[in-house]
Amino acid sequence: MATDVIMPQMGESIAEGTVTKWLKKVGESVERDEPLFEISTDKVDAEIPSPTAGTLLEILIHEGETVEIKTVVARIGGAGESAAPSGGAAEPAKAPARSAQAAPAPSAPAAAVAAPSSGIATREERVRTKSSPVVRKIAAEHGVDITQIRGTGSQGRVTKQDIMVHVAAGGVATLAPVPTLAPRVSLAASLPPVPTMAGDRVEPMSRMRQIIAEHMLASKQTSPHVHTLYEIDMSQVDALRRGHKERFLAQTGGAKLTYTVFMAKAVIDALHHHPVVNASIRGNEIHYHGDVNLGMAVALEDGLIVPVIKRAQDLSMQGLAKAITDFATRARSKQLQPDEISGSTFSITNPGGFGSLIGLPIINQPNVAILGMGKVEKRVCVIDDMIAIRPKMYISMGYDHRLIDGAVAEQFLSTVTGILENFPETAI
Amino acid sequence: MQEGMVRLRREERIPDTLLLLEHPHVITHGSSAKKEHVLVDDGERARLGIEQFETGRGGDVTYHGPGQLIGYPILALRDEERDAHRYLRSLEELLIRTLAGYGLEARRHDEHTGVWVGPAEVPAKIAAIGVRLSHWITSHGFALNVSTELSYFETIVPCGIENLGVTSLQQELGTIPAMDEVEDRLIEQFGIVFERDMSEQRMQE
Repeated sequence: MATDVIMPQMGESIAEGTVTKWLKKVGESVERDEPLFEISTDKVDAEIPSPTAGTLLEILIHEGETVEIKTVVARIGGAGESAAPSGGAAEPAKAPARSAQAAPAPSAPAAAVAAPSSGIATREERVRTKSSPVVRKIAAEHGVDITQIRGTGSQGRVTKQDIMVHVAAGGVATLAPVPTLAPRVSLAASLPPVPTMAGDRVEPMSRMRQIIAEHMLASKQTSPHVHTLYEIDMSQVDALRRGHKERFLAQTGGAKLTYTVFMAKAVIDALHHHPVVNASIRGNEIHYHGDVNLGMAVALEDGLIVPVIKRAQDLSMQGLAKAITDFATRARSKQLQPDEISGSTFSITNPGGFGSLIGLPIINQPNVAILGMGKVEKRVCVIDDMIAIRPKMYISMGYDHRLIDGAVAEQFLSTVTGILENFPETAI
Repeated sequence: MQEGMVRLRREERIPDTLLLLEHPHVITHGSSAKKEHVLVDDGERARLGIEQFETGRGGDVTYHGPGQLIGYPILALRDEERDAHRYLRSLEELLIRTLAGYGLEARRHDEHTGVWVGPAEVPAKIAAIGVRLSHWITSHGFALNVSTELSYFETIVPCGIENLGVTSLQQELGTIPAMDEVEDRLIEQFGIVFERDMSEQRMQE
């Protein structure tokens, strides 16, 4: 007697299926469990095995047709048999339904749990297998996070050599920084609900905007901010810019000798003389950073981002200019890597670029200070009791009064001012 | 390759396996694919360096390329897992949880399988899903846009959906997340969602 092949139920809430392909033609023979046809439901394509061995006598539902589950889609019989008369109702086919779906199912739980004995589920265990106990001890001694290091040992294991090379290259900086931020108060939780008024347009914040909002709020909650302002005579810088503009451009292949480049250089040198301004606070400890990782704020179309020039103290002015230009370009095209926007020790921002006389910026945590540059313009001033006109720029420094006192801030800015007003030509 | 792995899995010569990989540029057709959802002719497609294949997975037309993390779970579904739509929901869950780790609120769409981000009125698809079942062993799976060059999606009507956009982790975060890290987090979530112990192996080419 012919066997009905029915549309199987592929899930509890699935009520129909579409035949997408017949793998056998009418008249062809088929083995039991051999793939007979394919169906699709939503994004699943399933291969359905034949419930029995025999010859495919009749195809009732063709490719592209959608029918309810349990509908008879075909009939299989012995050779020489004819199909049952059409119009016969499908039997409440419990048995064929199971066989159409059932794999000779191996006990799946055993298979699923068949992980090799090194069943590595957690990060801790993965760290352990990538290094030996000796190596892990050395890593801990140097405060190095093993998972950040490329291992050159067998199967990617981290060796003692890898750690020592990493440390020698100043690798302590790669310690995942523990931000000393106050517990973040979620914006929503702290304020009364904003009433919606007629004519309002509501837009959810982009992820970048949310991040900026959180950082700014947390920074103000963490650091008691004080701002101090200085005015710098930019005559020397202007003269040097004019004199070296072309040569510099040729040397860097397109990165310009801007005020920002001069400022970066001055700041790096000044930080060398005032290391506490290049530090971070962790609990009751002051962490003086060996490198100057300079955060340079970049305004984006819909936000801002602060890429970090790592080990800026090792760069020449040309190197700084190239890094600044590269970061600005890649920031705008969303091509920065996560490790390029973290790890700063001091930051610079340039509201003057938009025409501002000066800004009072918010510290980029976990730094303890941020320097804001104003616009450069010619101003009337008094020199040696005579009226003069000079190009001038206001700078402001926002600093964390937990660590930096007024006197220290003044000294630091004095140093920066002194460097810029007497900028050595040989540095370019 | 996947057919071979499904066979091996069926014969229990390999355990449940999750394949993670990237493809060179390719447009693939699923079992519900419509030719008119490929918007470039063969000449243009060749000029762009994009290959084209039919596949045995469900779904319409999609694009794969560098920067996109593709996952093929080859799982012998346990008795209680043998529900095609439940499996799709589990894959969505896996991706939603992985993206949550990056601070993204990804979600499902009532009408379209896959993982979506963005405002409710104009969601964009960040991960596509297309699955094949053979004897309740899964193959194919999902494609998550990490740093995919999204302009390539303009050569097709992705998954046959005309009016909604495509996005990526890079697009949403403004930075390029490390692929290694996305993989690690995804593997961790896979173990949780599918209740299996995970252990890593690099495949030989």
